[in-house]
Amino acid sequence: MQAKDALNYDYSVAKCFTYATILFGIIGMLIGVVIAYQMAFPELNYLAGEYGTYSRLRPLHTSGVIFGFLLSGIFASWYYIGQRVLKVSMAESKFLMVIGKLHFWIYMIVILTAVVTLFMGVSTSKEYAELEWPLDIAVVVLWVLWGFSIFGLIGIRREKTLYISMWYFIATFLGVAMLYLFNNMEVPTYFVSGVGKWYHSVSMYAGTNDAMVQWWYGHNAVAFVFTVPIIAMIYYFLPKESGQPVFSYKLSLLSFWGLMFVYLWAGGHHLLYSTVPDWVQTMGSIFSVILILPSWGSAINMLLTMKGEWGQLKANPLIKFMVLASTFYMLSTLEGPIQAIKSVNALAHFTDWIPGHVHDGTLGWVGFMLMAALFHMAPRMYKKELYSKKLMEAQFWLQTTGIVMYFTSMWIAGITQGMMWRATDQFGNLAYSFIDTVTVLIPYYSLRATGGLFYLVGFFMFSYNMYKTISAGKAISSEPQNASPMSA
Amino acid sequence: MNMETIRELQAYGYILFTIFLAVILYSYLYHLYRDEKTGTRNYEKYSDIALHDNIDDAPVEAISPLNKEKD
Repeated sequence: MQAKDALNYDYSVAKCFTYATILFGIIGMLIGVVIAYQMAFPELNYLAGEYGTYSRLRPLHTSGVIFGFLLSGIFASWYYIGQRVLKVSMAESKFLMVIGKLHFWIYMIVILTAVVTLFMGVSTSKEYAELEWPLDIAVVVLWVLWGFSIFGLIGIRREKTLYISMWYFIATFLGVAMLYLFNNMEVPTYFVSGVGKWYHSVSMYAGTNDAMVQWWYGHNAVAFVFTVPIIAMIYYFLPKESGQPVFSYKLSLLSFWGLMFVYLWAGGHHLLYSTVPDWVQTMGSIFSVILILPSWGSAINMLLTMKGEWGQLKANPLIKFMVLASTFYMLSTLEGPIQAIKSVNALAHFTDWIPGHVHDGTLGWVGFMLMAALFHMAPRMYKKELYSKKLMEAQFWLQTTGIVMYFTSMWIAGITQGMMWRATDQFGNLAYSFIDTVTVLIPYYSLRATGGLFYLVGFFMFSYNMYKTISAGKAISSEPQNASPMSA
Repeated sequence: MNMETIRELQAYGYILFTIFLAVILYSYLYHLYRDEKTGTRNYEKYSDIALHDNIDDAPVEAISPLNKEKD
């Protein structure tokens, strides 16, 4: 290719998704903090009529952070990493550029419509799958466009071998496609029986079957949205930022196949002691415990990548974010299997320990990794130094404090709750009513909400740092090889 | 066939399947190390794909027209 000297990677789509990540991060986390305070101060439910109630806002928080913040962060990273590890620019294919931009705009329309319809109370009532059928079809369209983008870029690549991050991105694409299609099989009631509005639907499955499909989906949404693409990111960004090769590439391959095989069977742990067949429950439990191995395989591989280079942890806040992300990944992938053991689950199920577990994973692992990824990408995409290292350090400590407050308060609240629910007097009568547990838990709810608020303030600091980097960062003449340049 | 026999067969099936999966896992690990030892493939060099990822860096394993024909 003669024009290769003049060729550059094209980050226009990655930049669009970067802005979307920041926007949906603010919306999703803000709503999260509001509903956390509503748990501590119930009168906050009545601030905005029906639109401000906990039940209306909760799906907005979960969908906002998962499908808004997280997915756009994944897409931003894909449009950045994909080109670089395949050594091909999107600018080399007009078709892929059009697909990329279409992907972004359809995504924005879908997510903004989702925000509006969820505020209106239009919901299928399936957890993490609340969108009604017309939006589900739009989601399929945008997912297929992403598929075109992934396999299109692979088709014109110069690098023969697919880097490990690519495997994880492909797995994200295929995994979510399969899960989303099966869990969202729904019957539009108006067209079938004339009941409800045209956009209403009911699940195609009923009763226990619906529960099994729902949690096969629900748990694997954690797998293929919270875990697999984030591993794709850390396998690229940590080695690149630190300048160190992956500690063991072979271990990364082994962990990949381990994770792919084991994760799909673990969803049954959401239904322990329910009406699903006993073997499904036992299988869910056992596979959850086995899941520690591939999860720790990746996490330890990342920590060992820093072997002999721990000085960077002090010098570079981005390394700090990523190492802590990896550490939180280890914590939550140990905690999850513990909760999936039947006897532990008998205590933990339905208590606040569960949201505590979810949030040390999402805030510590997912959130930190996403922000580190955007910080790493910014100087390369905008050719500017990161605006403020001090602000980044302050953000790191504020958010870390917030996460610790969140999960410790929920550990205590959850175990207290579980113990109170099962406590009996000498005659075998339950010692406490439900409201007794609520009264005891209120201080922990305040602590949790304040931890969440710390994290949200940290996210505003991150957004400001990104905004100032883009608008007023010091220009850099050449692209940094490893450590991202940042002003003091 | 009575329930007890079915349960017994299930248990044998379960243990055999577990052994089968463990064999697959260790065979994959063996395959990775054997390929490296015999020089068929050096997996560790693929880390360089991330480290040397400028558009004008040489690919770790380029797709050449010859390779394409072979594929």
